Amino acid sequence: MMTLREIQTHLDAEILCGEDQLDREVCGAFACDLISEMLASASSHVLLITSLTNAHVVHTAEVIDALGVIFVGGRRPAEDVIEIVKKNSKIPLLTTKCQMFDCCGLLFSKVVQADRKDPP
Amino acid sequence: MVFFFQKWYRLTGRIPHNRKDMAVDTFQYTPKINLEFAIGEKDFFMAGESASRVKKTLQQLGMKQEIIKRISIIIYEAAMNVAIHGSQGMLRVFITPEEIMIETEDTGGGIPDVDLAMKEGYSTATHEIREMGFGAGMGLPNIKQCSDELKIDTKVGVGTLLQATVYFTDNKGKTSR
Ligand SMILES: Nc1ncnc2c1ncn2[C@@H]1O[C@H](COP(=O)(O)OP(=O)(O)OP(=O)(O)O)[C@@H](O)[C@H]1O
Ligand SMILES: [Mg+2]
Repeated sequence: MMTLREIQTHLDAEILCGEDQLDREVCGAFACDLISEMLASASSHVLLITSLTNAHVVHTAEVIDALGVIFVGGRRPAEDVIEIVKKNSKIPLLTTKCQMFDCCGLLFSKVVQADRKDPP
Repeated sequence: MVFFFQKWYRLTGRIPHNRKDMAVDTFQYTPKINLEFAIGEKDFFMAGESASRVKKTLQQLGMKQEIIKRISIIIYEAAMNVAIHGSQGMLRVFITPEEIMIETEDTGGGIPDVDLAMKEGYSTATHEIREMGFGAGMGLPNIKQCSDELKIDTKVGVGTLLQATVYFTDNKGKTSR
């Protein structure tokens, strides 16, 4: 388990909105660039990692009750897309310069490290 | 159940609050909430927005998160299909204490082979649509997975009517409310 704030630090990510929600504990992530795949396979309360930045991703994140969304490769949604989230679900949105593979690999290694340190 | 009804009536304002006897048969009609959204061609925003709005209504009704998620997925996928493939149409949501019915009706090209369209991975989405993250060919299978009943009525060149039902009751539905 990691908080969104720890994840933000690991990825050197910029917070686009939802700064007050960064204490949320994340216990799973789902990385994907296909909307239907997210809807079909992502479980609730995961961190969504994606390179899509349109309004659909944000709506999808709301539908699946995502804990947060990380946009990879330095991508950032348009201001009006961020506004949707600010108005509705207030899900934290973050953007990182890491590419998809690096982002997932880094987070995964941190999870493994944490597990070694304090085994379940 | 009584609690649910009370919430319901408070929200819809259909039953006077001073009726303390909440026995269902004292009311001649079933309380209903009907929601309607017009979805224009390529109106992806409205499709997503309608899912968010219905979700909010269901949350206000105090339904379980899991069933809300299933319903939201159906609405989102069905509405997206109207915007992407169906040119334009309507999304209607009918909610009663027993069930929710999600209906989309469009005047698009229709589906020539429904069995094929239901297959995971089958999609006729254009490159432009795929760039937006759609076109995995998972929408209809998703809808089927999330609903208790699914009916698709379609005619090539005329349009498509999709009706998905989710039951709130334990015995009929996949998950209870
Ligand atoms: N309302 C509709 N009108 C006409 N054709 C449709 C309609 N809905 C679905 N189809 C056809 O069925 C196919 C499969 O639909 P489905 O929702 O499963 O996948 P998709 O929309 O192509 O991709 P995804 O939903 O994964 O983004 C579509 O590609 C399209 O050819
Ligand atoms: Mg679809």
